[in-house]
Amino acid sequence: MADDVWILGINMTKFGKHPDKEAVDLASEAAIAALADGGVSMKEMGVVAAGSLMNASAGIGQQVQKQIGQTGIPVYNVANACATGATALRTVMMAIKAGEVDMGLAVGVEKLSGAGMLGAGAGKPASDEWTPSGRYGAVTGLDGRVGTDMMPGVFAQVGMEYGHRYGGTSFELFARIAEKNHSHSTLNPLAAYTKAMSLEQIMGDPMIAYPNTRSMCSANCDGAAAAVLVSDAKLKTLSLEQRKRAVKISASVLTTDPWEEACQVLPNVNTLTRNAATTAYEQAGVGPEDLDLVELHDCFATAELVHYDNLMLCPEGGAVDFFQSGATWRDGSTPVNVSGGLESKGHPIAATGIANVWEVAHHLRGEAGDRQIEGAKVGLAHVIGLGSACGVHILEKSAA
Amino acid sequence: MGTPVPMVDYLELGDEPRLVANECTNCGARFFDHRVACASCGGQEFTKAPVPTDGEVRAFTIVGWAPPGVPAPYVAAIVDCGGTSVKGNVVNTPPDPDHVTLGMKVRLTTFPIGTDSTGTEAIGFGFEPIEGN
Repeated sequence: MADDVWILGINMTKFGKHPDKEAVDLASEAAIAALADGGVSMKEMGVVAAGSLMNASAGIGQQVQKQIGQTGIPVYNVANACATGATALRTVMMAIKAGEVDMGLAVGVEKLSGAGMLGAGAGKPASDEWTPSGRYGAVTGLDGRVGTDMMPGVFAQVGMEYGHRYGGTSFELFARIAEKNHSHSTLNPLAAYTKAMSLEQIMGDPMIAYPNTRSMCSANCDGAAAAVLVSDAKLKTLSLEQRKRAVKISASVLTTDPWEEACQVLPNVNTLTRNAATTAYEQAGVGPEDLDLVELHDCFATAELVHYDNLMLCPEGGAVDFFQSGATWRDGSTPVNVSGGLESKGHPIAATGIANVWEVAHHLRGEAGDRQIEGAKVGLAHVIGLGSACGVHILEKSAA
Repeated sequence: MGTPVPMVDYLELGDEPRLVANECTNCGARFFDHRVACASCGGQEFTKAPVPTDGEVRAFTIVGWAPPGVPAPYVAAIVDCGGTSVKGNVVNTPPDPDHVTLGMKVRLTTFPIGTDSTGTEAIGFGFEPIEGN
């Protein structure tokens, strides 16, 4: 088994609206730029792993190959909900760890502008007679009649459940999390939205699913991200400049939700994240207190709060106090989502897992421009998809 | 007009409507849908287990955008019914945070959701606040 695996090159496109580009164009743009960033070519890649959740059957990996180089190498098309990008990264990582290849390319892309609400099903009866069908013997669509399957509502309940268990949450508290992330995005030229929003604006926005207003929900948008991974042995043969900019993947973990009472009626986004984080800290040999920045899956403001706790950035049950202390602002002790997060940077689903890694990697390289967290040496990138998959990557600055 | 049908087959109608779960005979895990096997222990035998009709709201959201045919806003919730978690709407109360609160006590209730072309009525369920809450 190979030793460490490194990120050699990484890139993300601007997130936002790209009406003139297809998914394959955005993915190819990110892939070519990631190869250039690493100073390598497609000919040196031993494997490609690619994901595009809305085009899961379209072979996005082969489509990208046709644009950037058909070299005959294996291509894995992956789909794992909002953890698709992290899964692509991990697929390449496993191929390198297994010793099959010494370099590979991971790509994630999504075209989501104007996609509207995700996760909601139609509520109309399938026929003009009440006929029980499906696993629940339902005579009509259940979304909206038996709770909600809509993502803003599911994650709203996740945040409310945390409040019920530990106390201290409020509509305003959740809105303040979105206020932080929108403020952070003003320093990120690649974010879909780069305008700060006041608490009043956020709380006054249309209510999607209480307590999440529109600006507390992830921004559906277009975008792509790609990364070139390299084995330790191969990296040692590359130039000093390449070695200095390489970022070590100290931990790469993927988990699913283990059985717990209630996980069948409300997806449990907590246990699988806590399990992933625990394993990642063990793999990396670092603790939450060592993290200089965190990019976590704030698909909704309510989700960000629970993940402070799940990633053990605070004592169990202490997420409200932790946020209120200012710790997660960019000048705080554990800056979270300095990119603007999914709420403001945007959430082109399959790109997100790699884009979160891109953000952390850029700070570790000292290349994050105006939003650089000074002296960043260790960072964590987290994504979660329902239901369910959780990816956690811990990255470390090169010692070269 | 035929006998009313329940919206889902885990809703038992009658004088005292109730929800009935599929309970794993090996480990006691409960499911509202049909199962090939138990997600908790892999057991393949299930028995019918009535779920208490009184419960406590453990989480809720007020959904502003509903699928076609569903009035909005509505309150979606997770209700703890004696240790069994149940997904269902909170009904018979205004859909706002002043009237729906975490920890509020609720009870199962049923109501017609419509009539099909043969005149058969379908009955849905939800949870309503227990007065004096």
